[in-house]
Amino acid sequence: MKIDDALPTFILESRELLEEVESHLLSASSSEVDAETLNAIFRAAHTIKGSSGLFQLDHIVAFVHGVESLLDRARAGSVVLDAGVIALLLECVDHTRLLIDAVAAGNLSADRELERAGEPLRRRLAAYLGAALSETANHRPGPVESSSGTAAPGPREHWHISLRFGRDVLRNGMDPLSFIRYLGQIGTLSGVVVLSDLPAITEMDPESCYLGFELAFLSSATKEAIEGVFEYVKDDCQLHILPPSSRVTEYIALIETAPLEATRLGDMLVRCGSLTARELEEALEAQRRQPHDPPKLGEILVEQRLVHPAVIDAALVRQKQAGDAKLWESRSIRVDAGKLDRLIDLVGELIIATASTNLTGRQTHAVAQQEQMETLARLVEEVRESALQLRMVRIGGTFSRFQRVVHDVAREIGKDIRLIITGEDTELDKTVVERLGDPLTHLVRNAIDHGIEPSNERQARGKPAHGTVRLNAFHDSGSVVIEVSDDGGGMKRERIRAKAVERGLIGRDDVLRDDQILELVFEPGFSTADQVTNLSGRGVGMDVVKRSIEALRGTVQLTSEVGAGSTVTVRLPLTLAIVNGFLVGVADTVFVFPLDTIEECIEFPAATPHAYADLRGQMLPFVRLRELFEVDGPPATRENIVVVKHAGQKAGVVVDSLFGEFKTVIKPLGKMFSQVKWISGSSLLGTGEVALILDVPALVQQAN
Amino acid sequence: MTQATAAGPPAAATRLSLEGDLTIYRAVELRNALVEALGRASAIDVDLSKVTEVDSAGVQLLMLVAQTAQARGIDLRFVELSPAVVEVIELLQLRWLLGVPAGTGVGVSR
Repeated sequence: MKIDDALPTFILESRELLEEVESHLLSASSSEVDAETLNAIFRAAHTIKGSSGLFQLDHIVAFVHGVESLLDRARAGSVVLDAGVIALLLECVDHTRLLIDAVAAGNLSADRELERAGEPLRRRLAAYLGAALSETANHRPGPVESSSGTAAPGPREHWHISLRFGRDVLRNGMDPLSFIRYLGQIGTLSGVVVLSDLPAITEMDPESCYLGFELAFLSSATKEAIEGVFEYVKDDCQLHILPPSSRVTEYIALIETAPLEATRLGDMLVRCGSLTARELEEALEAQRRQPHDPPKLGEILVEQRLVHPAVIDAALVRQKQAGDAKLWESRSIRVDAGKLDRLIDLVGELIIATASTNLTGRQTHAVAQQEQMETLARLVEEVRESALQLRMVRIGGTFSRFQRVVHDVAREIGKDIRLIITGEDTELDKTVVERLGDPLTHLVRNAIDHGIEPSNERQARGKPAHGTVRLNAFHDSGSVVIEVSDDGGGMKRERIRAKAVERGLIGRDDVLRDDQILELVFEPGFSTADQVTNLSGRGVGMDVVKRSIEALRGTVQLTSEVGAGSTVTVRLPLTLAIVNGFLVGVADTVFVFPLDTIEECIEFPAATPHAYADLRGQMLPFVRLRELFEVDGPPATRENIVVVKHAGQKAGVVVDSLFGEFKTVIKPLGKMFSQVKWISGSSLLGTGEVALILDVPALVQQAN
Repeated sequence: MTQATAAGPPAAATRLSLEGDLTIYRAVELRNALVEALGRASAIDVDLSKVTEVDSAGVQLLMLVAQTAQARGIDLRFVELSPAVVEVIELLQLRWLLGVPAGTGVGVSR
């Protein structure tokens, strides 16, 4: 693969990593930072830096390097991740995002303006680093001491760690020093010997690593924990960890496997205190006695594994974690969206082709063929399901972005607000998720800005001082429902009414139902905020939210209770690509209902003069497709009524004939037809005919 | 940036000031500066007071230049250490680089 081909992947990955860092930082800001979170943040920053290096994006490398150094110090405990540092890191995330955006826009070298924008951040990072350094120099003059309580309780024991780094470790973006610094966190480095296999200064490659380390390490950490420190560099180094009170034979093995002459390494071991001179003498003596049968390090490791059942436990824990959503990324593969769309397209064609084969099959009355067709149809159905599944993504990724929005906005306007996310595992079509970001952002900001009252007002009403915004998602009869709710003051009907009158949306004396009043909020140019902040109430209004949701074939609904809060409910179709349809006919024209919207089908009693049918004693409003679409042709002798339901409202649609279920691919209508009411798309039938897909929400509205 | 200034009375060493980051990003540039200095003078004081960061590439360069100087009989000393340098020297127990016995405290230049 050419490096340029990999660039989009880099951009995508970096953005995801930045999101990850951001969500970790935000979770850190609300609670104590644990070592695992810190490591995750560090790794993400490190990966971004490393990959930027691969693409020679030196300006990104340089910037992220500063961030990484700060995180490194935080891991080592010399910088505390307080609110100030987290805020700085969040700003750095934003800046890095801009840098990546510039790369995505084709700008591979440093942009002067961005550099200038990054300068203050760089200075602030440097200030933290500088402070951390002088602290280290002032307060820790001796060997590096474990400065925190991260080491598990237990007896501190003497480990020996032998490290040889690969030549390319520096070029791969790792700094061996940072790992050793981090070791200082889980124990005490009682002895360090730096081995350097250095060539002449004129011949050396300054970017290659020639270093190795022998470390005497006092710690109560387990072997896994020590190994974990080097997890990230394990491909680039040889790591031998000798457990406390190792047998001398193990040191011999180390001596033999290490790429240095035996006595010299032996000296090192003695110098760093892992071996006494007498033990070394004995070891070398033993080695000389058994020149043909030296114990192999591998065998010793196996032996160690036998006596360390903890290793097996660790493996089990790891397997369990693999099931966690957090590690989901590592088990996924990246596919170009274009390829996926092509596949879905083909599956769509396949469905149409199967349908038409099925039709011919029925006409020939060949039983065997029909049976095979059944099998084929079932398989095609499964292929369709799995192909669609490929497009489905969890909404959690989108939701978690709002932690940041809430954090920032709440800070900006000085309200104490918490975000509670539920249903993040709900899946929906990737295209929908992508286009949902902006409307959701607006809804969340609205909830914070207009929904939640100032804390003194809240307390006066006996509510908790901090406001709560909830994001929830769930599946409901073929659609995905997303709720944005707040526990704020709710919508004051009289104010909405007054504003609507003022804006000329309704007449002064119009009588409106409660839900109709709330509906007014979605009218263009409506805003009730007494005070226009720079968050919402400017530019984008709820009408834009409504329009963007409707463009996704979804609907928006608002419920609100004065004093208790408001909820905006967004309903969206699961996927934009394929529907399970129900075919109906009016004269020679074929229409498709999305199957999920249909409640039942009944015969339409002839001679129903009024606009209401009787559905088991209940009034059912209905519309006639024949009239709506002005279909010509003689009226049918028998008519049927299809009962559809949307957002809790039922309506009947009168048609001539019912053809049954049909799986179909939605083809978007051309621009010419975008203004046609009651139609949401078109579809090809097995016979090659075009069928129009009905816009059920619009029909229900029309009937009511 | 790196700059070398010959200064002081004849007995005084050439002073080479390394400033900024001693990291992989500048390793080639630093190596060349050090090689050049080693070829020019018989006594060198390497001023590390303005070093802001040292990584492994920087450490190995410092070690290599010390070894090379010793092998060539050049009197090379690291003087005026910045906090960043001190931190690394303490961490890796590299006091021998400074030509002082192990266990001796390390001075910090402010």
